[in-house]
Amino acid sequence: MSLIRLDSICRRYEMGGETVHALRGVSISIERGEYVAIMGPSGSGKSTLMNIIGCLDTPSSGSYELNGNTVADMDDNDLADIRNREIGFVFQTFNLLSRSTALRNVELPLIYAGVDIDERREIALAALADVGLADRVEHRPNEMSGGQRQRVAVARALVNKPSLLLADEPTGNLDSKTGEEILALFKALHAKGNTLIVVTHEEEVARHARRIIRIRDGLVASDEVVT
Amino acid sequence: MKRLLAELRENIRMALSALAANKLRSALTLLGVMVGVFSIILVMTAVRAMKNNIEREMGALGSRTFAVTRFPVVNFEGPHGSMRYYRRKELNIQQGQQFQKIADFAPVVGLHSPFGSFTVSSRFAETPPNVPVEGATPGVFQTNNWTMVEGRPLLTADVESARDVCVISIELAKTLFPLGSPVGQRVKIEAINYTITGVLERVGSSEAKALAVIPITTGLNRFGRRRDIGILVQAADVATLGDTMEQARGVLRTIRKVAPGEPDDFEMLTSDSLIKQFNDVTFAVRIGLAVVSSISLLAAGVGIMNIMLVSVTERTREIGVRRAIGAKKRSIMSQFIIEAVVLCEIGGLAGVILGFAGANAVAVYLLKVPPAFPADWAIFGVAICSVVGVIFGSYPAYKAANLDPIESLRYD
Ligand SMILES: Nc1ncnc2c1ncn2[C@@H]1O[C@H](COP(=O)(O)OP(=O)(O)OP(=O)(O)O)[C@@H](O)[C@H]1O
Ligand SMILES: [Mg+2]
Repeated sequence: MSLIRLDSICRRYEMGGETVHALRGVSISIERGEYVAIMGPSGSGKSTLMNIIGCLDTPSSGSYELNGNTVADMDDNDLADIRNREIGFVFQTFNLLSRSTALRNVELPLIYAGVDIDERREIALAALADVGLADRVEHRPNEMSGGQRQRVAVARALVNKPSLLLADEPTGNLDSKTGEEILALFKALHAKGNTLIVVTHEEEVARHARRIIRIRDGLVASDEVVT
Repeated sequence: MKRLLAELRENIRMALSALAANKLRSALTLLGVMVGVFSIILVMTAVRAMKNNIEREMGALGSRTFAVTRFPVVNFEGPHGSMRYYRRKELNIQQGQQFQKIADFAPVVGLHSPFGSFTVSSRFAETPPNVPVEGATPGVFQTNNWTMVEGRPLLTADVESARDVCVISIELAKTLFPLGSPVGQRVKIEAINYTITGVLERVGSSEAKALAVIPITTGLNRFGRRRDIGILVQAADVATLGDTMEQARGVLRTIRKVAPGEPDDFEMLTSDSLIKQFNDVTFAVRIGLAVVSSISLLAAGVGIMNIMLVSVTERTREIGVRRAIGAKKRSIMSQFIIEAVVLCEIGGLAGVILGFAGANAVAVYLLKVPPAFPADWAIFGVAICSVVGVIFGSYPAYKAANLDPIESLRYD
């Protein structure tokens, strides 16, 4: 059974009488343990697809099964639990809490998972150390560089040890060295059996994956295995 | 349970940091709640302090005892009333003794007068200058329900010869003579030595406090004769209390030469009548207070709701982030309700503290009664804040919880 099964997923946005078709019938299956890169030009619908896979957005039509369960049938609490425990999401725009320190930001998923305070701190500090931010834990996002913020976002996505990691342009703001470090982290996660889906513009980043799905105008243009 | 507490703690922590991020706005918002609670606590504390004082002065009297005084214990008529009372002639010891002689219908008559609060010292210890020294006749021991733990009470002979003897309360005895028996020992009050004849315990009095009792005549010699005394009269039983009071009224009018048809120029009080009178007079105050504070809390609540709605809009993105990483609707809902409650609670606690401070300043400096800290009203004040927070925080919290995660994330 596939971990992710998308069947003719469409996503439309109504914009004052005009309809924008962000996705026009995407069907993909992704197995447990795969490392997939999603590529495509700007505006092709990659982020929209990631939001749907991450149980944040619901498709206008089509069906989505995660782990054998139809997402449309799940209630809000179930979805929140899945987002919290099963899925780690690195957003294209980071989405950090601007008033909270890096540590607080990374602790957040653990708070909603009900981890107690001492343990939480320990795990969050370890996650920040893993992305090389051990000396920035008390900084707020606006006191950090773009790359550092991105790494906080990665640490937050990984802190709950999700089995599915979704990353939207995770290396977009990083210099090649930190980018490599993040990719090494992903590789290790993949080796441990986690499933990774990474959106990227860079062929180099995509080559780390085992499979590349190209999206164009809301449709799957190609789906190939990296050799 | 543990999980809930941890979540509550987390929510309070988040609420405090959210409120701290907007200090001025938070402060202005909680001002309304503070004023509402302040007014409740202010009035209720002042009322309680006065009531405590009445009960303290009268409470020891049993239900078959009444007191005769020159002035009412509480003046309900404002400055106009007090002028009238001050024109009354004084109620002195001679009148008291005359009354005692004539009033053979009353089983027990006691005369007493407070001389103030002083330092009392023994060979072993010394108190702060806050021990009330009371002048009394033997009858007072009965009317006030004082029972002897040790030694003997004051005797008629002590009063007649104005002896330097005293009876101390058991609380004072413990302070001044921590080890042995105080009976026969000496204590010094205002540079005069008194021999202790006995130790008393106040039965039925809610307060355990130090007290020194000396013969009323001794006290008048020491502390000055020109002062009012109180007469305490105990009837045979509750049924004859009314009759006894009427007879006593007649005797006192004769002694004080009140012309027929003139009103009494003295007060006759039982503890029940006094407390009832007090409650009647303060009833209007309490009703008015309830109305005023309800309105101000309602207004404060609307203010809180308004600011919470603004806050939810401003923090749409934060809400989206929280939802995206696994917060349930319930978690967002409780986060914002608790934020409203914490806001109200800070205002409420400030109101309670300021109310206590204000009311007790009035009580101590203006009304000259001991301060009161009515815990029930404090708890009520704090509880009503939570209620206001929950009621007016619910709608903004509901709105926050039901925002669409993905749209909130896009909001800016
Ligand atoms: N909330 C929205 N309302 C209206 N249109 C939207 C909305 N979100 C996305 N779109 C449209 O859907 C299309 C796909 O957007 P999406 O964000 O998925 O692109 P993308 O592939 O992630 O692009 P990029 O590489 O620039 O991040 C775009 O044309 C965009 O304008
Ligand atoms: Mg995108």
